[in-house]
Amino acid sequence: MPLLFPLVVAALLFAIGVYGVLGRRNAVLVLMGVELMLNAVNLNLVAFDAYLRDVLHGGQVLTLYVIAVAAAEVGLGLAIVLVVFRGHGHIDADRMRDLADRDAVDDAIAAESAGESAAPSRSGVAGADPEPVAVTAAVES
Amino acid sequence: MIAVHGSVLAQEIEIESPNIAYSAIYPILIVFGVALVGVLVEAFAPRPRRYVVQTVLAAAGLGLAFVGTVLVAGDLPETQNGLARGGIEAEGALAVDGPTLFIWGAILLLSFFSVLLFAERRLESGVTAFAGQAAALPGTEAEREASTRGLEHTEVFPLMLFAVGGMMLFPASNDLLTMFVALEVLSFPLYLLCGLARRRRLLSQEAAVKYFLLGAFASGFFLYGIALVYGYAGTVTLAGIDGAITNRVGGDGLLLAGIGLMAVGLLFKIGAAPFHAWTPDVYQGAPTAVTGFMAACTKVAAFGALLRVFYVAFGGAQWNWMPMMWIVAALTMGVGCVLTLTQTDVKRMLAYSSIAHAGFLLTGFVGVQAATRDSDDMTSLVAVMFYLLAYGFTTLGAFAVVTVVRDSSGEATHLSRWAGLGKQSPVLAGVFALFMLAFLGLPATSGFMAKWAVFTSAWAGDAQLLVIIAVLASVITAFVYIRVIVLMFFADPVGEGPTVAMPSVLTVVTIAAGVVVTVALGVAPQPVLDLAHQAGEFVR
Repeated sequence: MPLLFPLVVAALLFAIGVYGVLGRRNAVLVLMGVELMLNAVNLNLVAFDAYLRDVLHGGQVLTLYVIAVAAAEVGLGLAIVLVVFRGHGHIDADRMRDLADRDAVDDAIAAESAGESAAPSRSGVAGADPEPVAVTAAVES
Repeated sequence: MIAVHGSVLAQEIEIESPNIAYSAIYPILIVFGVALVGVLVEAFAPRPRRYVVQTVLAAAGLGLAFVGTVLVAGDLPETQNGLARGGIEAEGALAVDGPTLFIWGAILLLSFFSVLLFAERRLESGVTAFAGQAAALPGTEAEREASTRGLEHTEVFPLMLFAVGGMMLFPASNDLLTMFVALEVLSFPLYLLCGLARRRRLLSQEAAVKYFLLGAFASGFFLYGIALVYGYAGTVTLAGIDGAITNRVGGDGLLLAGIGLMAVGLLFKIGAAPFHAWTPDVYQGAPTAVTGFMAACTKVAAFGALLRVFYVAFGGAQWNWMPMMWIVAALTMGVGCVLTLTQTDVKRMLAYSSIAHAGFLLTGFVGVQAATRDSDDMTSLVAVMFYLLAYGFTTLGAFAVVTVVRDSSGEATHLSRWAGLGKQSPVLAGVFALFMLAFLGLPATSGFMAKWAVFTSAWAGDAQLLVIIAVLASVITAFVYIRVIVLMFFADPVGEGPTVAMPSVLTVVTIAAGVVVTVALGVAPQPVLDLAHQAGEFVR
């Protein structure tokens, strides 16, 4: 089999993965996009390994490492996504805008409410303190 | 049949035990070993004792590893006609040479002070700044119980040590496999640490998920680059890739695509434009101690790895990647400087400032000025290493100051809340002003010497245009830093103003270290420059 076939398949797979990361908003589907990218890399590595007749099988060894690291990555990622889901009630990457560059209007509001130093009214607007209950508890203890 | 086959295999293959010079790589093993001990402490030590045990263990481990690094650096053999010192260890996986050891020393010093910041307890009235129970939802019964019982995640110390281990492995790795593993080992603990803030947990978790998704995305590109370079060179060792480039084996498309994709992964870690989008969000959302640790240590490690890959492996294809790096450096400085102007949050401002500094560092990196024997020229390697050390201590100190300025809801990070800080606490505001002036590059601070070193090497390396852009960018950012100083000393406080909490000795020591290094490297930089100079070039 010519080398070109697996390379093209891998490139397409990688492109699908990139599309998945950029086009999807659900964090789990984004994670799946990343997995597709890593698997495209694996296909590439194995194809090159076979084509180059690498006696040390560097490509295959690297593939094993990639698989292991990808597994660890998924475990870590799902843990983070789970805790975010329980906290935010959604895992929509586009709606997580509490940390982002704001325009001037948002800033004016944030500055104003920061000046008032009234904690409850700030939640959501300034994105500074969404959990007043927990904070008071922490202060009391 | 199978039995016969097996016996044939047994006869033919004799597995040699790998030759690992433990005497050269033990600092890295100490860090990983202490991290593992830390995991065991979590499992077996009673809860009330863990904080003290973990803090002492982490600080002692990092201190010991630093001493080890100094000892290893003491007896490095000279190679390559005296241009480089050190050797390739662990069967070609690690290059323990002068630059590696300098970077190890920088990382270990910076992470030692980061441990002190991590361990700060007085600011949160008796607990660390990390979540008591990360799995408990903010505002629920479980969270309240965790708070009243004074729980805290002491796992942050072993997590941080694993990250430090990865950071040490990253610039030392001599093949792309080790480099990939090191990249992930340094990243994974950081993803978790970002999400563990005690206050503003939702923001912290958002930072973690953004960092994780973008980090995984970038490491996908990095890996694809590795695969293509492997396809080009047929090997993943840096020397082998260099050999393939020198011998022009053909298939340049693979090489160029591979270099580009690997650069994406490395530049992401550095926080260079256009791969900087995560930096402000993550720096703002992460617990401030973690932000300081990331800003200082990750940058050192990632720059070390970038320098090694591009100088050692891709040095032969320099004319191919140089235009790309020119554009990235100019863009990074532009984006960093212009967007620093518009920030109203201290942590975001420092984040954009770190992007701008990544641009200055890239300027030094682009002006490749290789060492020649018996010359005292400022090589780009020396300049960048000096800059990393100077910037690391300044930025760690600046973030340490941010942890101290507080109001009722925790850290007061909005810049308007910093108005009039100079009247409240002249010393603290003065210290922060010093860090601002160091970022700006005022003479007699480390920032000036660092920028001077980087610009000198870039100028000598025919990157004059880039140096001019960098000087202009410095002038733009001067406006921001001076605005902060004016705000602190000459503006009236809004409302009741922020309070400056009295931290424990841990944070005080960290801030003091930042001040001392910032001033010392500004006034008497020569010993450190000499040290960086003695480190020599990368071994090949």
